[in-house]
Amino acid sequence: MSKGRVWKYGDNVNTDVIYAGKYTYQQLDPAEMAAKSLEDLDPSFAKNVQPGDVIVAGKNFGCGSSREQAAACLHYAGVQAVVAKSFSRIYFRNAINLGLAVLQSPDAPDALQSGDEIEIDFTGGRILSAGRVFTFFPLPESVLGIVQAGGLLEWTKKKLSRP
Amino acid sequence: MPQTFSEKILSRKAGRSVHAGEVITAVPDYYLSHDNSSAIIGEFKKLGLARVKAPEKIVIVLDHIVPAADEKYAQNHKTIREFVRAQGIPNFFDIQHGVCHQVFSEDGFALPGKVIMGSDSHTTTYGAYGAFSAGIGRTEMASIWATDEIWLRVPETLRIEFRGDFPAGVFAKDAILKVIGDNGADRANYEAVEFSGPAASRFSLASRMVLANMAAEMGAKNGYFEPDEMTLEWLKDRAKADFEIVRSDPGAVYEAVLKYDLSGLEPQIACPNTVDNVKPVREVAGRPFHQALIGTCTNGRLEDLEIAARILKGRKIHPHIRLLILPASRVVYVEAIKRGLLETLSEAGGVILNPGCGPCLGAHEGLLAPGEVVVGTSNRNFKGRMGARDSEIYLASPATVAASALEGRIADPRKYL
Ligand code: SF4
Repeated sequence: MSKGRVWKYGDNVNTDVIYAGKYTYQQLDPAEMAAKSLEDLDPSFAKNVQPGDVIVAGKNFGCGSSREQAAACLHYAGVQAVVAKSFSRIYFRNAINLGLAVLQSPDAPDALQSGDEIEIDFTGGRILSAGRVFTFFPLPESVLGIVQAGGLLEWTKKKLSRP
Repeated sequence: MPQTFSEKILSRKAGRSVHAGEVITAVPDYYLSHDNSSAIIGEFKKLGLARVKAPEKIVIVLDHIVPAADEKYAQNHKTIREFVRAQGIPNFFDIQHGVCHQVFSEDGFALPGKVIMGSDSHTTTYGAYGAFSAGIGRTEMASIWATDEIWLRVPETLRIEFRGDFPAGVFAKDAILKVIGDNGADRANYEAVEFSGPAASRFSLASRMVLANMAAEMGAKNGYFEPDEMTLEWLKDRAKADFEIVRSDPGAVYEAVLKYDLSGLEPQIACPNTVDNVKPVREVAGRPFHQALIGTCTNGRLEDLEIAARILKGRKIHPHIRLLILPASRVVYVEAIKRGLLETLSEAGGVILNPGCGPCLGAHEGLLAPGEVVVGTSNRNFKGRMGARDSEIYLASPATVAASALEGRIADPRKYL
């Protein structure tokens, strides 16, 4: 279980507002990337986000370009998970392969509000908030392992080093 | 609970019954890469491993820039050949074979019920044979080489039902352009697209490949046609392994069902700069352009060259137009020679290129100068993809491209057929 606060947004949050196109070909370090996250959606986000916070959104989160930074910047900002009704295909894969948990939930996005305190039970597929329980498709252990290892290459290395 | 094709095939891989939205770990049956294998080799080396886990599952086809256009590409190819030899990878296709998706299919790797991953976005093509096949990134491919495993999210399925027969001059390419134009380039985001209905089984395998190939342009993870007699006949002497046909159950849950009557369809064209900017050809007829391209993994098969040759036989292309002919594979190329198609196309003024990707990805063999326009049969028309930043691409059927090459302006092919 890990705890965090909710940042709530709507449907179709696209990769441009998560990480602006003008930064994609600049080589920024993780802290700088974190500082750019959601710049064009919510300027207060990068200043106030705390490690463990959770983004909650509607349908098709991460639509748009395939830029990996849109997943990496949230990971670097300390976001432990994005909970949404659905994700764009490329974003979903990029996020997990870069170490950001993406959880698809039918009921949490409508019910949760910005500032809510929540707890995520990653293996049980449950989100708890003020006595309410929501569900998501739990990531299987192997995929959760990729997220927890910090991404696919790190995970593969770890896996290979095991006897 | 009834399951879609994708749910069934991924259930087998997961060893339990799964449905859309779940995530599984699968052991793929084959994995394809092309010239980007050199980048994958780079990622693979970072893992510090001496050997790939399952060399017999790796299929590498050199097709993107063949023969090598400069020293850098030559070095890429060399790196790949050396790696292939060192790792004992048996299924390596060097520059003479053609576009990866065509070669992979002709050589019998595209099989019903198989899970195939490819580091190319048009890996969706093998759905034409009833496989579950999807594109992935290079890092992921390196990881598959190392572990023989991949995680997959079970996709929802969009079902598209076709009925009726194509009118003269209208083809599979027009059908898929119409679907993409009506529904948008992200309509099938992360979904499987199942092509069905009474007309789907009448599509030739080459035509099924056009639709499955371009499912990627709707955002799809994979495409699917139910295998039938035609599929089995094609696979008879070429299947690389035993296979089992997997079909959607009656009553399976679809995200949506779209219905199309082909008998009312007319030739379609995707205008610059997105694949869903589709109009009937008649609305843009008369627009001037500079280069025509017939071929690629989308429309470079015999039926495509045949229709182009039928339109161009005994005629000459317009003097202001260059026409490039790009057969999808050596097999297609040789058969087109035997049938006299290449002779006809060459006599009409076409330049016959070697099988491969040619100018499709904008690296060599017929790029566009600033301000130039190409009308081609490929699958992507993003700004500048085939050359200069401000060059433009229109996408259409081989018949429309051939008719346009004749007239020197975008033309409706129906008057020639
Ligand atoms: S022909 Fe074009 S679309 Fe097909 S594999 Fe080659 S570059 Fe990609």
